[in-house]
Amino acid sequence: MFDFLEGYNLLGAFWVTVQLTVYSAIGSLIWGTMLAAMRVSPVPLMRGFGTAYVNIVRNIPLTVIIVFTSLGLFQTLSISLGAKDFTTINFRLAVLGLITYTSAFVCEALRSGINTVSAGQVEAARAIGLSFPQVLRLIVLPQAFRSVVAPLANVLIALTKNTTVAATIGVAEAALLMREMIENEAQLILISMTFAFGFICLTLPTGLFLGWVSKKVAVKR
Amino acid sequence: MNPHQLSKATVAVAAALALSFSVAACGDDGDGGSGGNGDKINVGIKFDQPGVGLKTPDGSYTGFDVDVATYVAQQLGYEPGDIVWKEAKSADRETMLQRGDVDFIAASYSINDERAKKVDFAGPYLLAHQDVLVRADDNSITKPSDLNNKKLCSVTGSTSAQNVKTKLAPDAQLQEYGGYSECLTGLENGVIDAVTTDDSILAGYAAQEQFRGKFKLGGFKMSNENYGIGVQKGSELKERINDALEKMVADGAWDTAVKENFGPAGYKNEPAPQIGNIVK
Amino acid sequence: MRGRPSALYDAPGPRARRRNVLYTMAFLLALAAVIWWVGLSLADKNQLEWAKWEPFFTDARTWTTYILPGLKNTVIAAALAMAIALPLGALLGIGRLSEHAWVRGAAGTVVEFFRAIPVLILMLFANAAYAEFTDISPETRPLYAVVTGLFLYNASVLAEVVRAGILSLPSGQTDAAKAIGMRKGQTMTHVLLPQSVTAMLPALVSQLVVIVKDTALGGALLNFSELLASVRPMSANYGANTIASFTVVAVVFVALNFALTSFASWLERRLRRAKKSTGAVVRVDAVEELATPGEHAGPEELRADDRK
Repeated sequence: MFDFLEGYNLLGAFWVTVQLTVYSAIGSLIWGTMLAAMRVSPVPLMRGFGTAYVNIVRNIPLTVIIVFTSLGLFQTLSISLGAKDFTTINFRLAVLGLITYTSAFVCEALRSGINTVSAGQVEAARAIGLSFPQVLRLIVLPQAFRSVVAPLANVLIALTKNTTVAATIGVAEAALLMREMIENEAQLILISMTFAFGFICLTLPTGLFLGWVSKKVAVKR
Repeated sequence: MNPHQLSKATVAVAAALALSFSVAACGDDGDGGSGGNGDKINVGIKFDQPGVGLKTPDGSYTGFDVDVATYVAQQLGYEPGDIVWKEAKSADRETMLQRGDVDFIAASYSINDERAKKVDFAGPYLLAHQDVLVRADDNSITKPSDLNNKKLCSVTGSTSAQNVKTKLAPDAQLQEYGGYSECLTGLENGVIDAVTTDDSILAGYAAQEQFRGKFKLGGFKMSNENYGIGVQKGSELKERINDALEKMVADGAWDTAVKENFGPAGYKNEPAPQIGNIVK
Repeated sequence: MRGRPSALYDAPGPRARRRNVLYTMAFLLALAAVIWWVGLSLADKNQLEWAKWEPFFTDARTWTTYILPGLKNTVIAAALAMAIALPLGALLGIGRLSEHAWVRGAAGTVVEFFRAIPVLILMLFANAAYAEFTDISPETRPLYAVVTGLFLYNASVLAEVVRAGILSLPSGQTDAAKAIGMRKGQTMTHVLLPQSVTAMLPALVSQLVVIVKDTALGGALLNFSELLASVRPMSANYGANTIASFTVVAVVFVALNFALTSFASWLERRLRRAKKSTGAVVRVDAVEELATPGEHAGPEELRADDRK
């Protein structure tokens, strides 16, 4: 029944999906945190930059961003991100595009988390003489991260699904393989169910696990 | 509080949605099912290939396929104004003919056995070859095997790209995009070394005003592509189109069309093919 | 931010102010360096040539032939997807609140299934299925496929919005309806739904932004002639000006979505202020949380906080 899988590297394709997800998740967590720090910083220009970044990036289709990394950065500006062959370059460009997009959502999730930290905590920190970076690093962000596990889990799941957009620049992940298989094989329903099942396997456990974590680490107030 | 009373905003959004819905319904003005009803003729062409079939900003169409199709339509008794141009994307061509959405298709449509099972072909009217387009100052690619270790670009899922990968230069790197103009951006900037597809399509791009003198054709003749005019299986149009094509070659209109559309790129075209003579 | 002092830092004194100025300068310099480098590289690659940008400024036909028809298709697809997803989502959302376990289970399964898989997978499936099993013409098939993928996904997201909207209403509404002898169905159609629609409106408009963004997938991978797909014929006509075309298309996307986002926040503010209803409003950004599978924050957290 599943002989249509022969000759296709299904697990390999989903492995690329997982890799795209993991690298982009780490990157967007870092860049998103920096953006959130900018958005609450005392420097007006940084606040302005953070706000503008989030508002612009959230309103552009991810497809446009990813295609642009390939056509704009690579084809036009010859930025190859240290790689030589097209497969690696496209993969890294896709990760860059996903980070660019996802970090805006990470930033907003974190910012809402920062807002939940009570003013008393921050005032106490300032009262003992901590500077803004110290307040952020020692007091605010640790609490903020714990309260945003659930929203961040949602961002992560959305990211997992969004990796399919990398198919537009030829990264050999699950959606590209599905497209190829649909064109060459007859069992449309079976093929589609296989890929749907693959994504459910990736997204559902993540959601349930992180939902459990978020309850565990929630800040008791 | 009256639960039936929605706020004004609710009504406004509902109205906006309803409005866009009705716009959507009108957007699809019924032009289907008018296949060959005497006063109009539906012709399928490419919309995005300069020199072959291109929709220009003023809504008119240019290219070699367009010239051939216009001539043929005229011979069939239709004025240029009676032609309804439809976009025939590569994957849709057989279906469009089978459904009768178009009367004939002239869209860089090479004749092969697979397709000939589903549709009939008049012609061929042009013998094209798979070729490469390289930068004018790049002298490192003189034969197909030079493509090994070079960076090649073609459109997603095209046979030309696979042809190079599997037969001619297995060590070539391949980037695939949705369209050729994306490939040209990279070629222009030196990220891509060669773009590959039919020489007629490449010549059409190279002949564009902005690209004059920037690119050249390799002249490799890596395959034979016999462009035919697709018609429905068993259609009586096939013979009449063949007659029209013969006449087009005889009265010199064919030569003029080739020169006009491909000339500026230094494209050495094959002589007009004989009707029914398919070069394998 | 401006005008509201943040609790995170003190009002800057003279030294802090000097430091802030220093940071501002450094940041400005870094930003300028990046912009300068991008500009220089673009100019070096001839991408800033006026010939590549000119068509968008001097030739109205560029807009009437390529961009506006593309935009029209984007809007049509988004509107159709919303129009189909809304009633379907309402049905699923009410289903999830049903008293019968099997109805809850069925609606829940459908919702969780379509939220767990990428919309692109749905579109690819719909496109192939329409080609194989129906007689839809190749010209309109991409539109059908895009709308199908979008409404399947968004109906399941909206189901959660509807559920949140209904749950955000005070329980007194149901009690009062029961007290005057309304049946369950009547309570839903006459009391709960009309109010929750109002509560959901801002979230609905902001979901439109998500839908508009997702239509671009159809342009990139299904040959749907929407806004993003207009880049190809434009760059074929104007000497491969892909960068210029892309930039213009991206700006149009941002403008459209920014208008929708602003409209959504305006609606939210307005509805919050209007005290006609029960005051329940589902937060605009609640949709992001609802769009993913798994358990969700309780209705309390999704509710607008009027006490601020």
